[in-house]
Formats: sequence, structure tokens, C-alpha cells
Amino acid sequence: MSLKPPVSEIDHVQGNAKAHIELVEYGDYQCPHCGHAHPIVKDIQKRMGDKLKFVFRNFPLAEIHPDATHAAIATEAAAAQGKFWEMHDIVFEHQRNLSDVSLVKLAKQIGLDIAQFEKDFDNQETQDKVANDFESGVRSGVNGTPTFFVNGAKYNGSWEDEYLLEYLQSL
Amino acid sequence: MLPVGTLAPEFSLHSTPDQKVQLSQLRGKRVIIAFYPADWSPVCGDQMALYNETLKFFHKNNAEVIGISVDSKWCHMAFSSDRKLHFPLLADFEPKGAVAKLYDVYDEAEGQCQRAIYVLDEQGVIRWSYLSPVGINPGADGILDALEEMDKSKN
Repeated sequence: MSLKPPVSEIDHVQGNAKAHIELVEYGDYQCPHCGHAHPIVKDIQKRMGDKLKFVFRNFPLAEIHPDATHAAIATEAAAAQGKFWEMHDIVFEHQRNLSDVSLVKLAKQIGLDIAQFEKDFDNQETQDKVANDFESGVRSGVNGTPTFFVNGAKYNGSWEDEYLLEYLQSL
Repeated sequence: MLPVGTLAPEFSLHSTPDQKVQLSQLRGKRVIIAFYPADWSPVCGDQMALYNETLKFFHKNNAEVIGISVDSKWCHMAFSSDRKLHFPLLADFEPKGAVAKLYDVYDEAEGQCQRAIYVLDEQGVIRWSYLSPVGINPGADGILDALEEMDKSKN
């Protein structure tokens, strides 16, 4: 199964955009497995340095994680102020409390202009970004979270411990 | 599995303690029949939870999804309510696995359904099928591709 559509300028990219190794995660901010994977991905990024390009796409399972969609929209709203990754990190670090009130507090903590953040949060385009990410995940064969794609192909191995790191380093 | 092009066998199974779903009542809609081993598999990778989120894509293609396992109607009711599912789960409970056997997707050794999907057209004819390794949630992409392929062949 392959990534549809491929990574483009609408995606959030961290690391070296020209790296030969591209890791894409479909994740849900309220999913405990994604919360567990978060520091593992951070560690992979640190250890691979500029050899890696990392992309995060939203895959909120809204019925089982009622706060996941708003959390995703909040990160996209932060992106409008150039702070997607700051919001991404702080939201994962506080995934046990992602109420709307809490999301605004987190936005304040990373120094967002709150009036603008709230405006961007309500913007249809911001909400569409999350819905489009979800649909692209469905079409790419995402069957749960987190799901990783490496250079466009679905990664079916374990991401726990150092398995994913070892796989990426073997490429 | 049953071959593509054959009429899907009729069945009637409990969806709740006081309601039954009969396959032929769904004529006019495409039907996705998802046989799965058991309720209560781990949450984030759960096939039924995923279909619950992809319902709108199925509906856009005039398709309804039904899940079938050998769990009882009471078990389905608890599972469905816990996961807030918006589509029916049918209990292939008595005689156990009878419908799964009819569809050639019963795992005799484990006493449960295999993880298998049939996509039927508006007339109840099987148009696509897929047998997944039991531990792997097959996702929804194959189903959506099949539904779109059906549109193409119609035009």
C-alpha cells in the first residue's frame, strides 16, 4: 500500500526536506499509542539528523477519541502562525487533557496570538485540512494509529523500541 | 471464499436483542459485509472503529456496512455502545458460525469468523472479496477502490 497523495507543500515537514528518507506518520493526538510513539519518533529524528524528513498527517478517530479532531484542528490553526510543530509537541505531551479550554491554554503557552488562533481554528480551510488528511489516510490504507509510511510505502513492522530506527538506518 | 459474480446467500441475524437484519432487505444499496473474529480487539487498530469513521465515504458510494462475528447479540450491544458504532453488528451465534460457513469464511479451529470482506452490488451480487490475515486490520482502501470500480464498470 502506498501513500496517496504523496508528500507535498501542504504537508508539515520537519528535518531535511531534501533527505532521501521520508517518514510519514498518520496519528491521532488522543490515541495513547501515538502518545507512546511520540518520544520514539523524536528520538529517531534526533539520531538520524539531516538524513531524515518527517511529516505528520492527522488521522483522528473521532468516535473513540472525542477530543482528537479539535486537537488536530488546533495544531493546524497554530500552523497559520508558523508554530505547527510547537503545538504538535505540546498537545502530545498533554494528551490526557485535550478539552477546548486546555487547547487554548496550550496555545498560550507556546506564545500564539489567541484571537488569531481562535479565528484560524474556526476557519473552514483549517478544518478541511484535517478532514483531507483523514481521507488521504483511508485511501492510503491506514488501518489504525499510528501508521507509518517510509518513502511512500506502508511500514508494517513494529515501531516500538528501536525497530523503526533500525529499519530507517538500514535504508 | 465465494466467487465474484454469484448472488450472496440470504441470511437473517440479530443486530440487537429485539431486531434482525435480513440481507435481502438491503437490496437497492450496496452492502459491505465484514466478517471479523471477535468484539473487543484493541481500540486504536480496530477494524469496526475504523469503519465507523469511514461510514461517510461508504454512504457517498451508496453502500452500507454490516459487521458479523460469532459474538452474541448482548455482547455486540455492549461493544457497539462502548465504541459508539453507527452501523449494525450481526450475531452469527446460533447455530454458531452458520452464516460464516455459508460464505466460506469460518475458522473451524478457532471457532470464529475469519477476517473477510464481501462487497455486494445493489442486486446482492458479490462484486469484490478479500480475505485478510486474521491479525491484520485490512483498512478501508480496498473497499473504496472496489466501490469506485463498480461505478466505472456501470458507466
